Amino acid sequence: MNDELTTDPSKPSQRMRAGSLSLTLTPWIVAAFLLLVLPFVFTNNSAITIMNQMWITVIFALAYNMLLGQGGMLSFGHAVYAGVGGFACMHIMNMSDFFAMFPLPVLPLFGGLFGMGLALIVGSFSTRSAGTVFAMISLGVGELIAACSVIIVAFFGGEEGISGDRTYAMPFFGNEFLQPIDVYYLTSFWVLLSAALMYLWSRTPVGRMANAVRDNPERAQFLGYSSRWVRFYSFVASGFFAGVAGGLFGINYEILTEENLNTASSGVILLVTFLGGVGFFFGPIIGAIVFTLLQTVLSLQTELWAFYVGALFLATVMFFPGGLAGILMMHVPAIKLGKAGGLVRPYIKTLVPALIGILGLAALVEMTFHVRHAATGDNEMTLFWTTFDSHAILPWIIAIGVTVVGLGLARATLPAMKEAWSEANSVGGKL
Amino acid sequence: MELILVNVIDGLVTGLLLFMLSAGLTLIFSMMGVLNFAHASFYMLGAYFAYQISLALGFWMGLLVAPLIVGVIGAGVERYGLRRVHQYGHVPELIFTFGLALLIEEMVQFVWGKNTMPYSVPEVLNFTAFSIGANSIPAYKIFMIFTSVAIFIGLLFVLNKTRVGMIIQAALSYPRTVEALGHNVPLIFMGVFGVGTALAGVAGVIAGPVLGTFPGMAFVLGSIVFVTIVIGGLGSLWGALVASLMIGWITTFAKSYNVQMSDILNAVGISTPENLGNSVFRDLWTVTSPQIADILPYILMVLILIFRPAGLFGKRES
Repeated sequence: MNDELTTDPSKPSQRMRAGSLSLTLTPWIVAAFLLLVLPFVFTNNSAITIMNQMWITVIFALAYNMLLGQGGMLSFGHAVYAGVGGFACMHIMNMSDFFAMFPLPVLPLFGGLFGMGLALIVGSFSTRSAGTVFAMISLGVGELIAACSVIIVAFFGGEEGISGDRTYAMPFFGNEFLQPIDVYYLTSFWVLLSAALMYLWSRTPVGRMANAVRDNPERAQFLGYSSRWVRFYSFVASGFFAGVAGGLFGINYEILTEENLNTASSGVILLVTFLGGVGFFFGPIIGAIVFTLLQTVLSLQTELWAFYVGALFLATVMFFPGGLAGILMMHVPAIKLGKAGGLVRPYIKTLVPALIGILGLAALVEMTFHVRHAATGDNEMTLFWTTFDSHAILPWIIAIGVTVVGLGLARATLPAMKEAWSEANSVGGKL
Repeated sequence: MELILVNVIDGLVTGLLLFMLSAGLTLIFSMMGVLNFAHASFYMLGAYFAYQISLALGFWMGLLVAPLIVGVIGAGVERYGLRRVHQYGHVPELIFTFGLALLIEEMVQFVWGKNTMPYSVPEVLNFTAFSIGANSIPAYKIFMIFTSVAIFIGLLFVLNKTRVGMIIQAALSYPRTVEALGHNVPLIFMGVFGVGTALAGVAGVIAGPVLGTFPGMAFVLGSIVFVTIVIGGLGSLWGALVASLMIGWITTFAKSYNVQMSDILNAVGISTPENLGNSVFRDLWTVTSPQIADILPYILMVLILIFRPAGLFGKRES
């Protein structure tokens, strides 16, 4: 390969060529700094638990995106690999002699190895084709293993799951990981390491070939690469990192149950990844952070949070298939042209009324739900910090009014926003 | 002997029910190349609509109207949802239907709550049709069998003997050519999607009283339906029929005969280890066939995929 002739590293467009293992350091240093500082900003234990949950989801979503975004394989049963990795870690925790031989931060490695082992077995027959067939096999295998959890009690612990105690490991520089903050730094270390490794993986020839096979398997075959084996390698690597996420879950919660394996959790990780955006490496990271926040905040506020998240997901698939990362990266050309400032006013004009309209719609949904499902005689409900009678007519009028006005305004200002958008993305002055 | 007969009938009911779902799914798949993940959700909608209608107008109106509503909703989903997502490719389509399945489940919980609805067999059919030994066969099961068979024959007739069926079959394989001949292919797609989901709705209407009408019913049956069409071969109607009946019978028989793994292993010549309680394989020894009845279809699917990746009746992939 004589790519010196064709690639000029000084040009940004050609800097990231295949096989280049250089890492732009700035984002990683910023990320490491943030990971270090965040617990000083959010000091209480519940915030730290949420952040732990977030980083675990980040690893899992990145691993999932190795399949979906980079390899073009849609899996409906990926929670299985995380779950099996986690269960293996719990069993290691319970083997007190073996567990005392190494410090706790090493444990997720075993989770990864077990996840990888399972992926080796399943991948040997499931990666033969991508697309629908792969999706169906992943669903079937996922259901199979999830159903096994009540049958193979020795490994999966039946309905009560497997629990353990992380503190029996060899002390790590005198630290026994008693406090959530200790676990936080352990998780942070692993999230940084896994993310960096996964990023580097996507830069290796096999990672780049995964993209080629995703886009055009036939052509990749003609170039002499077996698309099946390329898929297989991605699958196994993804299984490894999913297992790491599972192991970290085990360390954090010290219990794993059937819930970590079932189709619902596989669905959640698909949702997280797609919401964040499958087209960019950092998409799943945004997705994991946004989803965990949504989950925590919304589920405290309303019983219907899954409904809203489902609606958001569907809207993302229909209107923004690039996800949140896609929306963010859409603005890069405008920023490069120096015209992003012109977008701020139209955005405010359209998006603020749209947001108000959507909140009004949500209020209507909540009120309908309250009228239908609250106990008879319980007419009082609290919404947006106001308490009112859900059977009276006035709140309904207000909610409908707000919805109609908000969405109507958004609709009316939409053409102006579109115009501003095309203006911001065109070279030169006004036409 | 009596038990075998009873099981054959039970398995037939389950199999035909599965077939009603997998027939629509496989039609939609062979046409648009997308697996409708939300197919079982339409089945659930059928059951819930029929329950709601049966409260006011009785079971028979429910059987008539609910599938129509489901079909219209299905056609709407194709027209305003799937067609939009289609431009992004098959994987986003699959993800879309997956999200739809989630949303429909949440919506059903929103409207009807989480409890099982008291949707029951109509009075007219609530009697024993005949008895085999000590086992009585309810008339409703016979009704289910006849409805499904009638729908299957009707489907075959329409697909093979009518002009509309011919156009649909042509549009399955050569959509461009059919379009060039002046047929409205997007309309055909929408129609097939509507009919497919309406079939799922019918299945929901007649299965709701027997299997229970609750928000989880879609996910209980949904993955089995996918397994069915994978085993039968994606896109093959006959394969779907054979696989549905096979799965129906396998699960029914596994549930009613208590075969123990230890018996099988002993018969093969492996003796039960002394201290079973501590063995790692203790669960393998104590497994019984009713326990694994529900996962047998998945095992079957994995085996089929390993040894015959295209499925029983599927064509070799190009």
